[in-house]
Amino acid sequence: MSVRHGLLALLSRGPRYGYQLRAEFEASTATTWPLNIGQVYTTLSRLERDGLVSRDDQGDQDEQGRVRYAITPEGRDELDRWFAKPVSRADRPRDELVIKLAMAVTTPGVDVAAVIRAQRSATMRGLQELTRALRSLDASSEAAQRLVIDSMIFHAEAEQRWLDHCEAVLARPSEENP
Amino acid sequence: MTENRSPDRLPAPDGEPVVRMTGVVRVHGEGTGAVHALRGVSLDVAAGELVAVMGPSGSGKSTLLNIAGGLDRPTEGSVALEGRELRDLAPKQLAELRRRSAGYVFQDLNLVPSLTVAENVALPRELDGVRTAKARREALAVLEEVGLADLGDRFPDDLSGGQRQRAAIARALVGERRLLLADEPTGALDTRAGDEIIQVLRQRADAGAAVLLVTHEPRYAAWADRVVFLKDGQIVDSAAAGMETAR
Repeated sequence: MSVRHGLLALLSRGPRYGYQLRAEFEASTATTWPLNIGQVYTTLSRLERDGLVSRDDQGDQDEQGRVRYAITPEGRDELDRWFAKPVSRADRPRDELVIKLAMAVTTPGVDVAAVIRAQRSATMRGLQELTRALRSLDASSEAAQRLVIDSMIFHAEAEQRWLDHCEAVLARPSEENP
Repeated sequence: MTENRSPDRLPAPDGEPVVRMTGVVRVHGEGTGAVHALRGVSLDVAAGELVAVMGPSGSGKSTLLNIAGGLDRPTEGSVALEGRELRDLAPKQLAELRRRSAGYVFQDLNLVPSLTVAENVALPRELDGVRTAKARREALAVLEEVGLADLGDRFPDDLSGGQRQRAAIARALVGERRLLLADEPTGALDTRAGDEIIQVLRQRADAGAAVLLVTHEPRYAAWADRVVFLKDGQIVDSAAAGMETAR
C-alpha cells in the first residue's frame, strides 16, 4: 500500500495541510487504512526531500503554525506514472495465512484441519462485519468507500473459498489411509 | 391500508425459537448401504434471525433444511416448529402446520407458468381455504414487500430470473409463515439478482421472520447473523456477526 502515492493524489487536487491529508486519505479508503499523523509528516518530508512536494509559500501557516504542502511538477509526473503502471504481484506483501498453512502442512504434530476451521470462522466473521459496513453505507456515500469495502469482501470471499479448497485437498489422502 | 396482520406482526412465543432441532440424526437406507446424512445436529433459529448453513456437497445441508421444515423426518432426535414437536403430530396435522408455518424457496422455482404472479403467490393461501379475494390481497401485500408490486398481473415467463425468484420468495412468505427456508436461492442468478434476493431475505429476518438459508456462496452467507459450517452431517463450526450477537 502506497501512502506516498496516496498523498500525492490528494495533493494533486490542491495544497493541503497534513491533518487534512490524513482525514481525506481515511475518508476515501473507508477508514480501511488508518494513518497516524506522524506517518503523514514522515511521508511528506520524504516527498519534499525527493522534490515531489514543496511547502506552499502562498499559503500562510495556520494559527497553530502548521504548513501547507503542494505537489510539484515532478510530483505530478510521478503520480501519472503510478496510475499508469499496474501493481505487480511482487509489490504486495506476502500473505501470512498462506505461509502459516504451508508450514502447518509440513510441520509434524500440527492439526491442519483445526487451523483451517479456526481461520474459516474468523474470516467469515470478518466477512460478516464487512457486509454490515457495506449495508450501513447510504446513497450519499462516496463511490470510493464502497469500492474499497467491495474489494475487501472479494478478498475475504476468495480466502474462504481457498480454505474450503485446502480442506478438500487435505481430506483426500487421509481417506485413502485412515 | 389493510386490516390483515402481516406475518412479522405476530407475537413471538416467549423465548421460544421458531424452529428448534435437537440431536437430529438422519439415516437414509439400511444396513451396509445406510448413509448418515446428519449425525446429531442441534440448531435453533429464532424469530428475527437469519442463519446460513454452509458446507461441501454431501455434508447434509439440504437434509437439514428439509427436516427443519417438516418435509423430511429425522431418524433420531427432535424437531419443534413454533413450539410443537413434529414427532407427535399425525401426518395430516403435520401437513397443516408445515403449510401454515413454513415457506420454502428452492433453486428451481416451481412457479406455475399458466398463473399470473399474484395468482401463484395467492395459491398456498387458497389451498389453506382462504377466500380468493382475501388471498389476492395478501398476495399483493407480500409482492409489494419484495419489490414486485407492479408485476402481480404478469406471467412468470415475462419476468427476469431475479424477479421470478423474488416472486417465489413472496409465495413462500404469504400468509402467516414465520419460518422461511431457502435452499441455494441465489444459485442460478447473476450477482446483481443474487444481491437482491439476499437483501429480501435479510429484510424478512429484520421484520421478524426466522430464515434458514443454505448457500455455498460466502458473500451471501455473510449477510447472516450466524453461519454454521456442516461437514459429514455434523456442525463443525459457527461464526456469529458482531459482539452483541456472539454467545
